Amino acid sequence: MAVEFIDVVETSLAGLGTGALMALTGVAFVIIYKATKVINLAIGEMLMIGAFVFYGFSAGLSLPIWASVPLTLVVAAIIGGVIERTMIRPLMKDNPVSVFMVTIGLTSILIGVVELIWSAEPRRLPEFLPSQPIIIADAFIPSKTFYSFLIAAAVMAVLITVFAFWRGGIALRATATDRAAASSVGIDVPGVFSFSWMLAAVVAALAGILVGSVGGISSAMGLFGLSVFVVVIVGGLDSIAGALVAGLFIGWLEAMVGRFLGGEFKLLATFSILLVVLVVRPYGLFGTHEIERL
Amino acid sequence: MERIGDEDGTSRAAPSREDMAVSPSHSAAPVRPPAAALDVDGLSLQFGGVKALDGVSLNVAAGSITALIGPNGAGKTSAFNAISGFYKPKTGTVKLDGEDITHVPARERAKLGLARTFQNIALFRGMTVLDNIKLGRHAHLNTNVFDAFLYWGRAKREEMELRAEIERDVIDFLELDHIRNVPVAILPYGLQKKVELARALAMRPRILMLDEPVAGMNREETEDMARAILDVREEWGISVLLVEHDMGMVMDISDHVCVLNFGRRIAAGTPAEVRANPDVIKAYLGSSGDPHKAAVEEVA
Repeated sequence: MAVEFIDVVETSLAGLGTGALMALTGVAFVIIYKATKVINLAIGEMLMIGAFVFYGFSAGLSLPIWASVPLTLVVAAIIGGVIERTMIRPLMKDNPVSVFMVTIGLTSILIGVVELIWSAEPRRLPEFLPSQPIIIADAFIPSKTFYSFLIAAAVMAVLITVFAFWRGGIALRATATDRAAASSVGIDVPGVFSFSWMLAAVVAALAGILVGSVGGISSAMGLFGLSVFVVVIVGGLDSIAGALVAGLFIGWLEAMVGRFLGGEFKLLATFSILLVVLVVRPYGLFGTHEIERL
Repeated sequence: MERIGDEDGTSRAAPSREDMAVSPSHSAAPVRPPAAALDVDGLSLQFGGVKALDGVSLNVAAGSITALIGPNGAGKTSAFNAISGFYKPKTGTVKLDGEDITHVPARERAKLGLARTFQNIALFRGMTVLDNIKLGRHAHLNTNVFDAFLYWGRAKREEMELRAEIERDVIDFLELDHIRNVPVAILPYGLQKKVELARALAMRPRILMLDEPVAGMNREETEDMARAILDVREEWGISVLLVEHDMGMVMDISDHVCVLNFGRRIAAGTPAEVRANPDVIKAYLGSSGDPHKAAVEEVA
């Protein structure tokens, strides 16, 4: 069977489209880890609840898209803030494993809340992206993939710029490294905690809206988070650029493998990459390699 | 920040901010914040059934070096943490220049000019020496996240001024220039302690609190650190409060010594007075002991 060039191009572009969404969700994960050293297993569910809140505003209340998106992001920020205040901050002084376990519990809570309000049935988001398909050269790209890629890319560009040039970025890192030292130099540590969870919830909700607009929403869509964990581990838990590169790469790889080897090989490929990275560069491609003086 | 331009009464005029920006290499004198006095009164702190501190009072006169000493478990570090706002005392007050700061959170105390180091080095591992020191100025900077985009010039200029000022007043002053771009985690212990001191100085403190600045150091490193502390007092004119085990060093550099034992203050005064105090000798050496021995023997 000859592989057609145009097929490769189209599959690649579709893969990069999914990859950009993984990258965006990965960035949400990284923001929390960067500032608080919390491994948030509920990132996929935070994405899901964001998508459902958007569904509530746009379909349930029939609000126009320009109102639904900002309202969703505001609600997401509030949810992120409440999670941090009620579940994470009380455990700030406990060991990281407890916090990690709490985020596992959080996945169930978020799924439960969504199923209570909207039931477990899959739903479709209202159409809001232009539906005209995009043709680049001869390659056909579904419009939703194309536009969600653009939006995700724009959001990540803003976030990367902010974290590169804003001095607060280093305050987040300082907080993650040593909270006592951070407050001794005047950094508002609880503020950093709230800020990072709220920002991550907003970014995850945005990713949720985009993921949902491409593939529909359901209370199980948090499983998208599983691939995202691979992305952040490969990219480096504390690297936004790493999440970006690894997200695009894993998205592309999954699409290619799924198209040319068969869907059953997708996860095999993804997790093989994960294994190789863990053996060769356990801190990820772009993660901070902590040098330790023994 | 308003206080920065103040002079401290010496004949040397402190240059204004503008002067410093145009001629950063010119003046050796740092722009000094005035020294602050610290008054701690009746501080009590309890962990479960253990009284860590029991009515401890302590004064640090503006511009002095005051030492807090005592045997292991005497409550020195507890007192330190209560003063810097990391522990909430059950009773008692902490006043900075007469202003009651007992209920001010630690990060706000940092902005008021209270800088501290930690017994177990608390540096930002994974960052370079320079980044660590620059973070000391975090509380004082005026630009925010939007300035990074809108007022690119202002944020950038502030960054450059900060860099020049830290290079001159802190890095050159403490002779850390050769390691400025080294990750702190690979530095030897003595230098890490010094970087922590540098970060505290970058905060332009009015009172500097050092928790065991020479613990675990060899004689050479200890002397180096002692000289640095004296230089800080000399050049910056700020107050220093230190907790230390090394009696020799404490007696050499302190103006005033306060001794704790079992959470209570058992003595206070000049090094000579404290050294001769029978309660102190008893606390350190048991019942009998030559006063001179208490100072000579380093109680670890």
